[in-house]
Amino acid sequence: MREWADFTVQERGGRTTILMQGPLLVSSIGVLDRKLRDHGEPVQFIDLSEAGDIDTVGAWIVSRFADEQGAEVIGASDEAERLIETVRANASSAAIGPERLPPFQRVAADMGEKVINAGHGIVRFIGFLGETLIGMGRIMLHPRRFPYKALVRQFELVGVTALPIIAVMSFLIGIVIAQQGAAQLRQFGAEIYTINLTGRLALRELGVLMTAIMVAGRSGSAFAAQIGTMKLTEEVDAMRTIGVSPMDALILPRIFAAVLMMPLLGFFSAVMAVIGGAFIADLTLGIPFLTFLSRIQEVVPIYDLWVGMIKAPVFGLIVALAGCYQGMQVKGNSEQVGLRTTMAVVQAIFMVIVLDAFFAVFFSEVGWG
Amino acid sequence: MQDEEILREEIAEEARDDVVEEFDGDYPIEIEGLRNEFGNQVVHEDLSLRVQRGEILGVVGGSGSGKSVLMRSIIGLQIPAAGEVRVFGKNTIGAEPDEEAAVRSRWGVLFQGGALFSTLTVAENIEVPLKQFYPELSAELRHEIARYKVRMSGLPEDAAAKYPSQLSGGMRKRAGLARALALDPELLFLDEPTAGLDPIGAANFDNLTRDLADTLGLTVFLITHDLDTLYAICDRVAVLADKKVVAVGTIPELLELDHPWIQEYFGGPRSRAAQVTSTRAKAMDNAADGKA
Repeated sequence: MREWADFTVQERGGRTTILMQGPLLVSSIGVLDRKLRDHGEPVQFIDLSEAGDIDTVGAWIVSRFADEQGAEVIGASDEAERLIETVRANASSAAIGPERLPPFQRVAADMGEKVINAGHGIVRFIGFLGETLIGMGRIMLHPRRFPYKALVRQFELVGVTALPIIAVMSFLIGIVIAQQGAAQLRQFGAEIYTINLTGRLALRELGVLMTAIMVAGRSGSAFAAQIGTMKLTEEVDAMRTIGVSPMDALILPRIFAAVLMMPLLGFFSAVMAVIGGAFIADLTLGIPFLTFLSRIQEVVPIYDLWVGMIKAPVFGLIVALAGCYQGMQVKGNSEQVGLRTTMAVVQAIFMVIVLDAFFAVFFSEVGWG
Repeated sequence: MQDEEILREEIAEEARDDVVEEFDGDYPIEIEGLRNEFGNQVVHEDLSLRVQRGEILGVVGGSGSGKSVLMRSIIGLQIPAAGEVRVFGKNTIGAEPDEEAAVRSRWGVLFQGGALFSTLTVAENIEVPLKQFYPELSAELRHEIARYKVRMSGLPEDAAAKYPSQLSGGMRKRAGLARALALDPELLFLDEPTAGLDPIGAANFDNLTRDLADTLGLTVFLITHDLDTLYAICDRVAVLADKKVVAVGTIPELLELDHPWIQEYFGGPRSRAAQVTSTRAKAMDNAADGKA
C-alpha cells in the first residue's frame, strides 16, 4: 500500500494557509490533485514545511494551484523550490492531440475526406496499373534482367504451398454441393443430375472462385504485408538508390506468379471438388465412384473448362495487383501495414466477385451458357 | 469520516514498513558475477559493476561487446545465465510481479531508436506509463504532466500533438526521453542517445541530460560511442572489454591504466579532439562565471 499526499486548511488572522502533508510524488498525489481542483475558497499561502519528498509532479501541482489562487508558496525546501521553478518555466497549454472538429462537422469532413481519398485512390491505382504494364514491356525488351529466381520462389509460395489447403477445401466443397444438390434433386427423382451439378459448378465457377479467395487470403495479404514492411524499413528506397526497380524486383514476380499459378490451382481445385462429389455420391447415392467420373466427361461441356481457365489468370492478376498496390501505399507507421493488408484482401475478394458476375453474363451471351 | 482516518493510518503504517524495507544505499545498480550467453557465444562472463547514486555513468565498449545486452539484463529484458542483478537493492531476476512493477516504476528507459508508440501522439506516449502505473491520476493532471514533460525535454510545445512519424530523429529522441521521464524516475537508462544526431543536436542533448540529471537528482546509466558525451557530461566511465567491465573511473583515471583497448580508445585522434573541445568549453564557462 502507498502513503497518499494530503493537506489541511488553517485559518489565521483572515488568511488561509494550505498545509501540505505526506510525499508529493507521482505515486501518492492522485487524490490530492482531485481535492485541490475542487477546493473553492481562496488561499493565500501554501505551506510545504510538513511535506515529504517532492518530484516534478508534486511541484507541478503546487505551482499550478499557487498560480490559480495567487497564493504564495512558503516553507519549501531548496529541492522543492528548484523543481517548482523548473516546471513553472516549462508550463505549456499546447494541444496534446491533433485538432478534432465537433461531431457533426467531423462526420461531414470524414465523408468528404473518404470521397476525395477514393478519387485519389482510383487515380493512383490506374497509375500503378500503367506502371506495371510499362514494367512488363521493359521485361519483354530485356528479358535477361528479370529476376527469375524470385519468380520461381513466388511460384512456390503462391502455388505449391497452397496445394494442401486448396485440396482439402475443394474436396469438402465438392462434398457439400453433391450432397445438398442430391437432396433437392431427389424430390424430382433426378438424383443422377447431381453429376452435372457438381461437375459444371466446380469447373466453371467454384473451383476458380474459391481458389481466388484462398489466394487473396494467403498470398495477396502476404504481398501487401511484405512490401509494406519493406517500405517502412526503407528497403524499397534502398533498392531504388541502387538502381533496382522495385517494380521489377518485387511486384512483377508476384504478379506473374499469381497470374500463372491461378489457372493451375483453379483446375486442381475443380478436380478435387469433383472427386469430393464422386466420393459422397458413392457413399450416399449409390453412384459408383468411377461411373461418376466417366459421366463427368459426357455431361460437362468442354467450354466450362475454358470459362474457368479464362477467368483464373484475371482473378490472379486482380489479387496480386491489389496486394502489391496496397503494400506500396504503406507510409508512416506499423499500423498502416495491418490496415493496408486488410484492404488488399477485401478489395481483391470484392473485385473478384464483381468480375465473376460480369463473366457469367458475358459467357452466357457468347453462347457458352 | 472516522473510517477514513483509520484507513489512512493503516495505509501510513504499511507505507512506513515499506520505508524500512526501502533501499537507501549508495548503489542503485549492483551487478555481480553476471554471465550472458547466446548459444555458444559468451557475451559477459563474471561481470561486476556498481553504479553510484546521482552519477552519470558512461558505458563504453567496442561494437558487439554487449553494452546493450548489459542494459537489457539490468532492466529485465534479458535473463542472464548466471549472476545477480540488484536494482535499488532488490534482485530483479525472478522477482515477484508486484515487486518488479514497483522497481520498474522507478526507472525510465530511452531505447536507441526512441521506440515511441507510432500510433500515439507524443503526449499520449508520455501518458502511457502514467496511466499504467497510476490509474488514479485524473486525465487533466495526466495531460498537464505530459505538456510540461514535453517542454522539459527541450521540445517545442506543439510537438505534443504530433505523431512520431512527423518528428525528426533528434526530436524523436527527446520525445523518448520525455516518456522515460514520465514517472519521475530515479534511474535513467540511455542507449546511445546521441547516435545519429548532428554535433549541435548531440551537444544540446548532452546538456539537456546533464541539466535534467542535476535538477531531478537522477542516476544515469548511459551507453554511448560519443567521446564528446563522455568528456562533457559523464562523472565516471565504465569500460566493457574481454566480456567484463575492465575498469570504472573518471577519464584521467582510466588514462593511467595500460589496458590496450582503453589506450587505443582514449588515446586516438578523435578522443584528443573531444578532450580539447571539452577543456575549451569548460574554460569558457569558468571565464563567464568569473565575470559574473
